[in-house]
Amino acid sequence: MDLYYFLELGINGALAGLMYSLVAMGLVLIYKSSSVPNLAQGALTMVGAYVVLVFADTVGAPMWAAIPLAMLTMCGVGIGIERVALRRLAGRPIVMILMMTLGLDIFLRATTMAIGGGTARPLNIGISDDPLFLGPLLLNRAYVVGAVVALALFVVLLLFFRTRRGVVLRAISDDYTASWSVGISVERGVALSWALSSMVATAAGVLWGSIQGVDQSLSLLLLKGITVAVLGGMDSLGGAILAGIGLGTLEAVAAGVLDPLLGGGTRELVVALVLILTIMVRPHGLFGRHDIERL
Amino acid sequence: MLFRQAGIRHTDYAADRALFPIPADRVMVGALLLFAALAPLLVSSLALNSYVTPWLVWTSAALGLNLILGWAGQFHFGYAAIMGIGAYATVHGVRNGIPWEIAIVLGGLTATVVGIVFAFAALRVKGLYLALSTLALQFVMDWVISHLPAISGGVGATLQAPAMRLLGQPVQSEWGLYYVALGWCLLVTMFMLNLRRTALGRALVAVREKDFAAAVIGVQSFRYKLVAFATSSFIGGVSGAVLIFTFYHAVTPEQFAVNVSIELLAMVIVGGLGSIIGSWFGAAFILLMPGQIHAFIAWVAQLAGAEIGVETLAHIPHAVYGGLIIIFLLVEPMGLGKLYANVRNYLLVWPFGYARK
Repeated sequence: MDLYYFLELGINGALAGLMYSLVAMGLVLIYKSSSVPNLAQGALTMVGAYVVLVFADTVGAPMWAAIPLAMLTMCGVGIGIERVALRRLAGRPIVMILMMTLGLDIFLRATTMAIGGGTARPLNIGISDDPLFLGPLLLNRAYVVGAVVALALFVVLLLFFRTRRGVVLRAISDDYTASWSVGISVERGVALSWALSSMVATAAGVLWGSIQGVDQSLSLLLLKGITVAVLGGMDSLGGAILAGIGLGTLEAVAAGVLDPLLGGGTRELVVALVLILTIMVRPHGLFGRHDIERL
Repeated sequence: MLFRQAGIRHTDYAADRALFPIPADRVMVGALLLFAALAPLLVSSLALNSYVTPWLVWTSAALGLNLILGWAGQFHFGYAAIMGIGAYATVHGVRNGIPWEIAIVLGGLTATVVGIVFAFAALRVKGLYLALSTLALQFVMDWVISHLPAISGGVGATLQAPAMRLLGQPVQSEWGLYYVALGWCLLVTMFMLNLRRTALGRALVAVREKDFAAAVIGVQSFRYKLVAFATSSFIGGVSGAVLIFTFYHAVTPEQFAVNVSIELLAMVIVGGLGSIIGSWFGAAFILLMPGQIHAFIAWVAQLAGAEIGVETLAHIPHAVYGGLIIIFLLVEPMGLGKLYANVRNYLLVWPFGYARK
C-alpha cells in the first residue's frame, strides 16, 4: 500500500470514470431536451455494441466502417424509440415515463439476447493489451483510448451546441413552450437529442465491449451512468465529465482499499452510496440548473 | 345485466357505504371465495403449488407496493429489498426458536423500521430523485444482506427455512401452505378495500394529488408519506416471509434483487395504479405470462417445424414482457384494472348504454 499504488488506481479509475461519462452524457442529452430520465441508456449501450458486432462479424465490414455504420443504425433506433414510445407520453406523470424507459430497457435487452445469444463475445477494435508506462505508473491502454474518445466527443458536442441546430436544442432545453411559440419544432429537437444520445451510447458500448467483452452486463453501466449524471447535474454535459472523473477515482480507490477488507463487491456499494449522498446533500448535482422540489 | 343497478336503493348509510353495494358484486365475491376455499380440490396439485400459491403471495406484495405507489403516489424502487428484510428477519427468528406467528410479525416490524429509514432518506426529494434514491437503497440493501454473514449466512449462501408451525401445528401439506397464502392475501385485500373508506386512505390520495394542497387543508404530507412507507413496508415484509415459507422454503439474496423490484413495479403498473383488483390481475399476468409465452412459442415452432435455439427461446418471454409493459403504457395506462372497470361500467347500464352518467 504505497503512494504509487493509489496513484495508479486513481488515474486508471479516473480514465474509466471518463468512460462512465459517455453513458452519462447520453442520459444528459435526453434529459436536457425532454426531461425524460432514460433508464434504457444501459440497454442502448449494449445494443450499440451488438450492432457493431453484427456489422463487423456478420456483414464483414472492417472495424473503421462498422462503427460509423452502427452509429447511424443506432441513430435510427433512438429516433424510433422516441417516436413510438415516448412522444405519446409527453406530459404524463413521471411514473409512467420511468416505467416506460424500464420497459424499453427490458425489451431491448431481451430482444438483443434472443437474437445475439447470451455468451460474451469479444470485440476487438485494435487496442493492444500492453500497459502504457507513465513514469512508474502502469496505465490501461484501453482506458486511455476510452478517456480520449470521451473527451473528444464532449468537445464535439460542445462545438455542436454552438451551431444553428445546437442553439435550437439549447432553446428547447431552456423552455420548450417558448421555443414552440417562436416556431421551433420541439419534436424534431427531441428526436435529434435521442439520435445524438444513441450515438454516444454506441461509442460507450464499443469501448466497454472491447474491454469486458460484449454481453448483457454492458447494460449494468446504467447505474454508474446515472450516478455520474446525477452527481454532475442531470442537465450539464461538463458536469457529467467532471463527475465521471470524480466517481471513477473514488470508486477505484475505495474498491482498492475496501475490497480486501469487506470481501469484494464494494464498487456497486460505493456507486450507490454516492448516488444517495448526492440526492440527500445536493440533488441538483454539481452543475445542475433545475431546482429540485424539496420537502 | 350482470351488474344491474336498477331498483337498488340504499335507504341507510351503512348500505350506501358497504364494500360491495351492488348485489351482483356480492354474489361474485361469494362465488370466488367459495372457489378459493375449494381450490385444492378443483385445481391440480402442480398448478396449486407452482402457480396459485405464489400468485396469492405476489398479489399481496403488489398490493403493498400499490399502497405506496398508487395511493400515496410515492416511488419505491426498492420494494424487493424490504420483502427480503422481512423474509430474513422471520427466518432468523424461527431458527432461533421464536414461534412462527410472532416471528412473522417481528419480520414485518423489522421491514417497517428499515422502510421508515428508507423513507427518511428518500422523502427529502420527490419524483425522479425519489425513484433513484430508493433504487440506490435497493443496491445498498442487496449488498448489506449478501455481505453480512450474520444475515445471509455468508456470501452466496442459502438459508434453509424451518418448517412452518401455526399455533403449534406443523403446516407442510400443499393445502396448508395454500391456505396460509390465501389467508394473508385476503387480509391484505380487505385492508386495502377498507383503506379507501378511511381518513387515512383519503389523506394518502390527497397527498398523491398535490402534497402542498393537502398541507393547506391540514393533511401533514410528510407524516402521511411516512405512514404510507411504514404500512406498505410491513405488508411487504410479511409477504416476503410468507413467500419464503409457502413457496421457496429457502432464502437467498438473489430472490430479492433489483429485477424483482422492477417486476413488482410492472405488476402494479400493468394491473393499474390504485386499483385493487388490478393488482390481482397484474400479479397473475406478470407471473404466469412468461411460462405461457414460452410454451406457446415452443408449440408454434413445433407446428412450423422451425428450430429455435434454447437460448433464444429463453429470452423471448422477457422481450414480450418488456414489450407488454410498453404497449400497456401506450394503450391503457391505467392497466388491467381499468379494462375490468370498463367492462363492468358497460354492464352496469346494459342494455341502456345511453343512460350512462
